[in-house]
Amino acid sequence: MAYDKFGVLTSTAYPLPTENVDTDQIIPARFLKATERVDFDVNFFRDWRYNQDGTPKVDFPLNKEIYAGSKILVGGRNFGSGSSREHAAWSVYDFGLRCVISSAFADIFKNNCLNVGVLPVQVSAAFADTLFAAIMADPKTEINVDLPNQKVTLVATGQSESFVINTYKKDNMLNGFDDIDYLKNIEGEITEFAKTRPF
Amino acid sequence: MANTLFDKVWDSHVVRQVKDGPDVFFIDRHFIHEVTSPVAFLGLESRGNSVVYPGRTFATADHNTPTINQHLPVADPLSANQLDALENNAAKHGISHWGLGDENNGIVHVVGPENGITLPGATIVCGDSHTSTHGAFGAIAFGIGTSEVEMVLSTQCIMQPKPMKMRINVNGKLGLGVTPKDVALYIIAKQTTSGATGYFVEYAGDVFEDMSMEGRMTVCNLSIEMGARGGMIAPDAKTYDYIKGRAQTPKGADWDKAMKYWETLYTEEGAAFDVEHTYEASDIEPMITYGTNPGMGMGVTNSIPTAESLEGGVETYRKSLGYMSFNEGDSMIGKEIDFVFLGSCTNGRIEDFRGFCSIVEGRQKADNVTAWLVPGSHKVVDQIKEEGLDKIITDAGFVLREPGCSACLAMNDDKIPSGKLSVSTSNRNFEGRQGPGSRTLLASPLVAAASAVQGVVTDPRTLLV
Repeated sequence: MAYDKFGVLTSTAYPLPTENVDTDQIIPARFLKATERVDFDVNFFRDWRYNQDGTPKVDFPLNKEIYAGSKILVGGRNFGSGSSREHAAWSVYDFGLRCVISSAFADIFKNNCLNVGVLPVQVSAAFADTLFAAIMADPKTEINVDLPNQKVTLVATGQSESFVINTYKKDNMLNGFDDIDYLKNIEGEITEFAKTRPF
Repeated sequence: MANTLFDKVWDSHVVRQVKDGPDVFFIDRHFIHEVTSPVAFLGLESRGNSVVYPGRTFATADHNTPTINQHLPVADPLSANQLDALENNAAKHGISHWGLGDENNGIVHVVGPENGITLPGATIVCGDSHTSTHGAFGAIAFGIGTSEVEMVLSTQCIMQPKPMKMRINVNGKLGLGVTPKDVALYIIAKQTTSGATGYFVEYAGDVFEDMSMEGRMTVCNLSIEMGARGGMIAPDAKTYDYIKGRAQTPKGADWDKAMKYWETLYTEEGAAFDVEHTYEASDIEPMITYGTNPGMGMGVTNSIPTAESLEGGVETYRKSLGYMSFNEGDSMIGKEIDFVFLGSCTNGRIEDFRGFCSIVEGRQKADNVTAWLVPGSHKVVDQIKEEGLDKIITDAGFVLREPGCSACLAMNDDKIPSGKLSVSTSNRNFEGRQGPGSRTLLASPLVAAASAVQGVVTDPRTLLV
């Protein structure tokens, strides 16, 4: 499914320092029953955003008005562990987020993000702490994520760190391309390869 | 240069390497289920693509299915809609489909091996993180997202960077009451829930050599719970005995040819791993988790560690214990439980039911416990009956349900109520995993059985002597 191109993003950010946030928190299994990809933002972090009676948990960062409209989420270490459900990445995107920053991501979640147009930015633990501290001190703290230059910067202080992404995935994100377009273009090569498989 | 099992299988499936990018990776076998495939088919159709190798994809309904009265129409309209979508998509694209009631139906990671679809040296993917299960046969198997499901349907390839390599050795003999589940929970507790992120694991050593195929599946299944992309074990005589003669395994000359290839699938002496860990079987006890990720596990007789004694975030740790309503220093033994769940792709196979029955035979389910016993497939149900285990189960006051993923992720009606404590043989103890507000203790079928008859968390060794 097509997504908007990613270039340079400057935005405030939601802070979520809890570690090992799993995809069952990002979107609980009971909300995976759709057969179309629509409105996954509604149940994004459902059980952390809402009480069981449906009222919002006012202290949860995603519910705080001060952060509303942020396009970046800064998450704790090992963000997105657990289930392979791409619905988790869809819910991040549908909530209006284009970038998740963490000191470590779970592999499948990271892949899923890249495939749906959410940029996972892995930073050092120290830099993640710097970002959390800055947001806690000033909720309007802006972060600049520069994909062409692979650099993330705390706008107010200029503190920055570079991040890693392979050239292929970077080009995809910059241009809104996806893997299926690539794979369909080498269909002949794949067909020949398939003939060599014993089973 | 000496090669690893993982390198041999991975490298033989690379169609091409993208410069400073991932490998174009060919997939031999693709499993689909009702939850993560519908959007992939929508994408396929919206692009005007077709399923290029329908014979390489296999559909089974499992995540959403009821575990009682499967002969009746599925009552939940959303679940019914997903099950219909799977059936219709399979029919439209010529894919084999084992829906509710089909004799081959069951949890995808149980029915794949049962039907001989899972083979050594194959690459296997599914939109489910526990696809790592199939690594027990010397396959490279891992979970993928829905975008990748669409890639496999439309091109039979995905684009994957090659993971790093980790070997985990466990040597010696396991003690009384210590099962493959305990070995896995022990390793995960050592590695933490993210310790193997970025790696593909090979399990080696006496313990895995001695282990049954069912046990190897349990161990490989849980590889994802320490963050690993997958885990695998070199095929041996046990592997070949298990797969020989199953519905979809090669036959005759094809079998002989395949065997020649399979016998090359081992890690050569001196082959290099990026990291290696070695543990002793005698250090492993029956395990139980106390927190909200599978890395928060310990020997069942131990006390919950203090936050200060662990590396990592104290706040996250306390939030986790707060959710569980446990305190640092608590003993798990003797905690009153409300539910027991035996089943899932982790522990829903015949050996798990044998283990459970070995403890409940001649005993009675405790009155305070609600127990859900959910076999992984119809074939497992048949075997339970063939071996007379169903009678032991019934005599002990338990009820056998019908196959499916059930309370492992609680997408169907099998939800543990808020605040209730469950000893579960499944794979995840995340907050709300088994139903909103539910509290999960992951353990082996033996710990589950012992706790089910005593009504409190129980060391199975006290009932085995």
